[in-house]
Amino acid sequence: MDTVTITMKNAPALYLEADTISPDAFAGKSAAQIAELPVFEGNNPSTLGKYFEVTGNAGATAADTRIVVKGDVKRVKYIGFRMTAGEIVIEGSADQYVGGWMKGGKITVRGNVDAFAATAMKGGEMVIEGNAGNYLGAAYRGDWRGMSGGKILVKGNAGSDVGMYMLGGEIVINGNCDVHVMTHAEGGRVIIRGNAASKLGGQMVEGDIYVFGSIDVMMPGFKPVDEVELTVDGTKAKFAHFIGDTGERHKKKKGVVVYGNLYKKI
Amino acid sequence: MTKTITDVICPFCGTLCDDIEVTVSDDGKKLLEVANACVIGTEKFLHSQSTDRVTKPRIRQEDGSWKTISYEEAADYTAKALAKAKKPLMYGWSSTNCEAQSVGNEIAEIAKACCDNTAAVCHGTTLIAVQDIGLPTCTLGEIKNRADRIIFWGCNPAHAHPRHMSRYSIFPRGFFTGKGQMSRKMIVVDPRCTDTARMADVHLQVEQGRDYELLNALRVAFKGEWLPDVVAGIPAEKIREAADLMKSGRFGIIFFGMGVTQSLSKNHNIDIAIAVTKDLNEYTKFSIMPMRGHYNVTGSGEVFAWQFGFPYSVDLTRGFARYNPGDSSSIDLLKRGEVDMMFTIGSDPGAHFPISAVRAIAKVDSVCIDPHITPTSGVSKLHVPVAFNGVECGGNCYRMDNVPIDCRKVVEPPEGMMTDLDFLTMVCTRLKKLKGAA
Repeated sequence: MDTVTITMKNAPALYLEADTISPDAFAGKSAAQIAELPVFEGNNPSTLGKYFEVTGNAGATAADTRIVVKGDVKRVKYIGFRMTAGEIVIEGSADQYVGGWMKGGKITVRGNVDAFAATAMKGGEMVIEGNAGNYLGAAYRGDWRGMSGGKILVKGNAGSDVGMYMLGGEIVINGNCDVHVMTHAEGGRVIIRGNAASKLGGQMVEGDIYVFGSIDVMMPGFKPVDEVELTVDGTKAKFAHFIGDTGERHKKKKGVVVYGNLYKKI
Repeated sequence: MTKTITDVICPFCGTLCDDIEVTVSDDGKKLLEVANACVIGTEKFLHSQSTDRVTKPRIRQEDGSWKTISYEEAADYTAKALAKAKKPLMYGWSSTNCEAQSVGNEIAEIAKACCDNTAAVCHGTTLIAVQDIGLPTCTLGEIKNRADRIIFWGCNPAHAHPRHMSRYSIFPRGFFTGKGQMSRKMIVVDPRCTDTARMADVHLQVEQGRDYELLNALRVAFKGEWLPDVVAGIPAEKIREAADLMKSGRFGIIFFGMGVTQSLSKNHNIDIAIAVTKDLNEYTKFSIMPMRGHYNVTGSGEVFAWQFGFPYSVDLTRGFARYNPGDSSSIDLLKRGEVDMMFTIGSDPGAHFPISAVRAIAKVDSVCIDPHITPTSGVSKLHVPVAFNGVECGGNCYRMDNVPIDCRKVVEPPEGMMTDLDFLTMVCTRLKKLKGAA
C-alpha cells in the first residue's frame, strides 16, 4: 500500500469542497498529478495543490492507496466522498460530509467531524475518535435511503438525527447522543453506550437501538414487552425490550408483524 | 375629492386578504384611509405615507455616515460586489413579487450564488418534511366551506394572522358549514394559553418541545395501541378523546406554525403531523396547511422550485442547484463564515437571525434592498430603498394555500423611486456585462 500525505499549507478564506480527496481519485497518480485535482472554494474552481502540499505517489488502485491528511482541515468538506477502497487518515478534525456515500475502505478521523458524515454510506468502516455532528449515517436531504451497510464507531458523542432513514449497517457511539435516533429507519442498528436524549426510534419501521445509559424521554409509540439477556458489542447485560413505533406502518413476515426494537440496559 | 379602490390585496401576511378598501387622493399620490384590513395590514399601507422615508440609495462611508447616491451607482456597486464574490448569499424575497424573484434568480445563476428565502427561519422545516413524505393539503376556500374540525398546532392566528379565523377557518358560514363557528370544533395545541387557545373547544397544553411525542401518541391512539399514562404532560385519556374528536369530523384541517417548525424536532414535527393527517384519511377527510408568514414567502418557494427545483436554501456555487439545509441554509452559511457577500431583499435578517449571523453580515460586502430602515439596512454597506410592493406597485403573490393572487398598485411611489423589479433588472444587465454572459 502506497501512502500519499497531504498537508494544509494555504488555508481557504471560505470553505473548500474537496470531493477529490479519496483513494479512488488519487489511484494511479503521482504527487504532481494529485496536486492538479480540482477543488472548489465557493464558485471559484481551483486545484488541490493550491491549498495542500502533496507528497508521495498513490498506489495503482484505490485499494493500494492510503491518504494521510495533515494540518487544519476544519474548513474542508467531502473528504472520502464516494470512496470504494483504500484508507484515509485525518490527523485532526474535518468539516461536513466526511465519507459521504462511501462504499468501502476505511476512514479514521483523529478529531471531530461536522454534520452529514457517512451520508448514505453503503459499506466500509469509519472510526471517529472525537465527536460526530448531526445526521451521522443519515439519508441525504429528501432521500429515503440512509446508511445501508458498513460500520461506524464514534468514540466521543454524536449529534442529532443519527441513522435517519437507516436501512442497514451498524453505528456504535461510545459517548452520548442527541435527539432523534433512527427516525424512519427500516433496518440496521445503533448502539449508544452513553446516554440518549429523546425521540428514539420515532416513525421507525424496522431496526434495533441499544442504549446502555439513560433515556430522557421515551417515545409513546414504544411498548414495553419483556426483559432479555443479550451480548451487545462484546458486553453481556440484561435489557428492557420495547417494540415500536406502534403508530407507524409495519411489514408482516410469515404472518407476524415486524416492529423496530429498542433495548435499554437495566 | 377622494376615490375609493375596492378589492385591494393586503401585502402583509400569508392570508393575503383580498377585500381591502383603500381611499386615495384624487391625483392618486396620497393614501388616506384603509378599511377592512387588520391593524397590522392597515399600518403596512399607511407606513408608505410616512414623511421620513428614505427615497434615494445610500452608501456607507469610511466614517460610518451615509452618502446618498443614484440608483445607477447603486446598481454598479451591487453588480460588482456580486461578480467579485466567491460565495455570495442572496437572502429574503418574501416581501416582493414573483416577477422580481424570477429576475433575482437569474442574477443568482449568473453570480453562482447561494439563494434562500425567509423560510430558512420559518417554514423551511415544513418544506423538508414535505419533500420527505408529501403533503395532503387543500385551499382556504375548501376549509371555509367544508371543514368542521379545525386544529391550530403551535400557531396563534389571533395575533399573527388576525383575519384568518374570520375569513376562512372558524367564523365564516360556508356551503356545508352554514352555522359558522357552531358547525366547527376547534382544537388548539400550544404550551401557552394564547388568545387562540382561549377560544378553543379543546386546548391540549403540550409540554414545551414534546410535540413530536404528542403527535406520535395520536397516531398510536388512532390504531388503539398501548399508551403510557401521560404523554407530553397530557393524560392518555385526553389524547384518546382528542383522537376520537378528530376522527368523528367530516372534514378536518391542521394549521401549524412556528411553535412546531422552529422548536425541538423541527422538520420531524411536521413529518409526523403529515403522517397523522395521512392516518386520519383512513377515517375521514383531513388536510394540513402551514400558516405562512410573509405575504409572498409561498411565492418565493414556488419561484425557486420552478426555476431551481428546490423551494429554499439553494446553493448554485458549483453551477448547478444543490439543496441541503444545514449546509446551504443562510444562518449556517453566515455563522460558519462560508459567505463573502450578503445581498438582502424584502426581509430583515438583522432583526431575526442570531447575533452571530448578523455580525457575519457586517463583516462582508452587503446590499440591503428595502423600503424601510431596518436592523439589516443598519449593518449593510449599501441601502437601496424601493417602492412598497402591493401598495406602490403590483405583482404576483401566492397565498399560504398556494393560490396565486395579483396584488394591486393603489398609490404612486415618491418621485423617482424604483421598484424591486426595475432595480434588479438594472443589476442583472450590469452583471451580465461584467461576467460576459449573453
